[in-house]
Amino acid sequence: MPLSTIIALIPALPLFSSVILILFGGQLSRKVAGRIGAGSVGVAALLTILVGIDFINALPETKSYSVVIWQWLHAGNLSANIAFSLDSLSLVFIFVITFVGFLIHLYSIGFMAKDEGFTRFFAYMNLFVSSMLILVLADNLLLMYLGWEGVGLCSYLLIGFWYKEPANGTAARKAFIITRIGDTAMIIGIFILFLSFGTFNIAELMHLASAKWAIGSSLAVLTAALLLGGALGKSAQLPLQTWLPDAMAGPSPVSALIHAATMVTAGVYLIARTNVLFSLAPIVQTIIAIIGALTLLIAGFSALGQHDLKRILAYSTISQIGYMFLALGVGAYSAAIFHFMIHAFFKALLFLAAGVVILVLNEEHDIFKMGGLRKKMPAVFWTFLIGSASLSALPLVTAGFYSKDAILWFAYSSNTGGIVLWLAGIVGAFLTALYSFRMIFITFFGEAKTEPTFSAGKLMTVPLIILATLSVVGGFIELPASMGNFHLFSNLVKNTLPEVAIKNVEHLEGLFQLISALIASLGIYLAYRFYFKKPTFIEAFNHSRLNRFFEKGFGFDKVYDTVFVKPIVWLAEIDKKDIFDQLNIMLSKLALWGNQILSIAQNGKLRWYLLSFALGIALILTLMLTK
Amino acid sequence: MLTVPVETQLLFAGILFFLGLIGLLVRRNLVFMLLSIEIMFNSAGLVFIIASHHWNQPDGQVMFIFILAVTAVEVAIGLALILQVYHHFKTLDVDKINKLKD
Repeated sequence: MPLSTIIALIPALPLFSSVILILFGGQLSRKVAGRIGAGSVGVAALLTILVGIDFINALPETKSYSVVIWQWLHAGNLSANIAFSLDSLSLVFIFVITFVGFLIHLYSIGFMAKDEGFTRFFAYMNLFVSSMLILVLADNLLLMYLGWEGVGLCSYLLIGFWYKEPANGTAARKAFIITRIGDTAMIIGIFILFLSFGTFNIAELMHLASAKWAIGSSLAVLTAALLLGGALGKSAQLPLQTWLPDAMAGPSPVSALIHAATMVTAGVYLIARTNVLFSLAPIVQTIIAIIGALTLLIAGFSALGQHDLKRILAYSTISQIGYMFLALGVGAYSAAIFHFMIHAFFKALLFLAAGVVILVLNEEHDIFKMGGLRKKMPAVFWTFLIGSASLSALPLVTAGFYSKDAILWFAYSSNTGGIVLWLAGIVGAFLTALYSFRMIFITFFGEAKTEPTFSAGKLMTVPLIILATLSVVGGFIELPASMGNFHLFSNLVKNTLPEVAIKNVEHLEGLFQLISALIASLGIYLAYRFYFKKPTFIEAFNHSRLNRFFEKGFGFDKVYDTVFVKPIVWLAEIDKKDIFDQLNIMLSKLALWGNQILSIAQNGKLRWYLLSFALGIALILTLMLTK
Repeated sequence: MLTVPVETQLLFAGILFFLGLIGLLVRRNLVFMLLSIEIMFNSAGLVFIIASHHWNQPDGQVMFIFILAVTAVEVAIGLALILQVYHHFKTLDVDKINKLKD
């Protein structure tokens, strides 16, 4: 098989199986549907590995493969192809999407086994995987936007998957509408790029932009800001972050795949992909770094106040993507993508493990009603512990340490970085360790409050173990200069992404690593002191106003409700009775009135019908005869 | 042979028809309503006979045979329906049989 066919097959396979499941889902047994759903993603993962090996072997000479499938649309000077381009950046993304996606699909066969919407679930999940692959493989912005909207649609469908609960539908609409705000900004940005350069092709656009636009020119700043808007919405960053915690209404595998590992990092991909544009707009890049820093702090504090296991993880996801934005903002693209990959491993693991906990405890989400699960479900406990250790960047042994440490170091040492950004990152790291182990100690230690109803099968535990392994060893492919100096990952992506320009402070790297290692350990120790040793502290803190403020996510929802939602609802309310509405209301009243008159005749009395029948004939006869 | 003028014959058929119609409208019992319909049928048949006799054509007589056959069928079906209605509603009062409405 030629390489171009294989690249095209990677997004085509899940799309194909999704179509089969939608059309024939009713006739297929659960077993077959599960095999088709997980199998197609599994084959795509195998093909990705094949392509990846080929790509790495050919690396110094060929930096990217491109495949044109067919011409999508052509009108005047506007043309867009269904065309894919594979370089090291998209290779990392398709690896995570297909590989982690496959593990999550496997897990879902076990997790959704008793659900009535089994085939519908796999149809949506496959459609999502396909859209996400199109997003990261697209060689032009229009096709990328197709994938971008496709994942948004699947996110909506899957958040509201259990649609019989009205709250889930509300959460789904909230996610859809809030991301739409960002998407609108993004499509305007794409239009500006097309109007300026007459093409959608990303490589050409980047080339033309760096040739024609001066650094800091107003068009460059405007376009970068608009694209950033799209990224903020999709990646749930300040100020568009409020949808992600509510999106936890979906099934846990959905939270793992879409709202942790892949879709929410689409914003990171977009910025990394169009990095040339952002380097032309330094002010926007500074804004990205500031937004990232603020988001990671706010989400970190919010995570500390949550009671719902999945909401803790949701805020943690927002916070970790904040780290990625911080890295993007200081120009450390490689570190951002590395953290994306490691985060995909451990966060998918944490969501899947949380899914098992919630499932066996009969949909119990509140961590304060759990406890003592360590002995009852050892496999889940150990994998969850590894995931949390990786999330809180436990020094040396976990992958999260290496990826987060790189970001923290570049936040200080990059030319555009500084001590304030680093401080925000280090406080965030402390919070991460604190809330991760708060989760561990309250959920898995202490006395048992709810008994597990059954134990999870192999289909669910094996993906957990694989992801736990990756959450540990994944970090060893990129070691900092001070320990090992091994740069497999950044060597891979450096031909696509620019390297970060750092200040002359290299001798400090070891010191900074020591500080971040100590801070993470301190966070874990304090979690042990407060949440394991002193339960009275929990009681007091749970009732404090500060905790309630954290729990509400700093009250963003309330502010948006008063500033945007209420005025619009009020406007709609007073606009309900204007003259045009009155006309329509009159029309409907007229129809209703006519109906009432005519329905008198329909009284069900046979003799009345006969009489009117006879009178009618008499009338017709009279008219005919007297003419 | 006594000859009755054709106007009188038609008037008789007309009276018969209206008797049937009035019976249909006034009666509430389904069996009697069916009977009234029969009377109306026969009055229509009578008009055919009268016309056939008036113009000395056999077609009218043939048509009456047809009407007779149709009436027989109609009575059979009608009586069967009435039986079913009685089984179902335990009454033959049409004013009470209005369940098809709402």
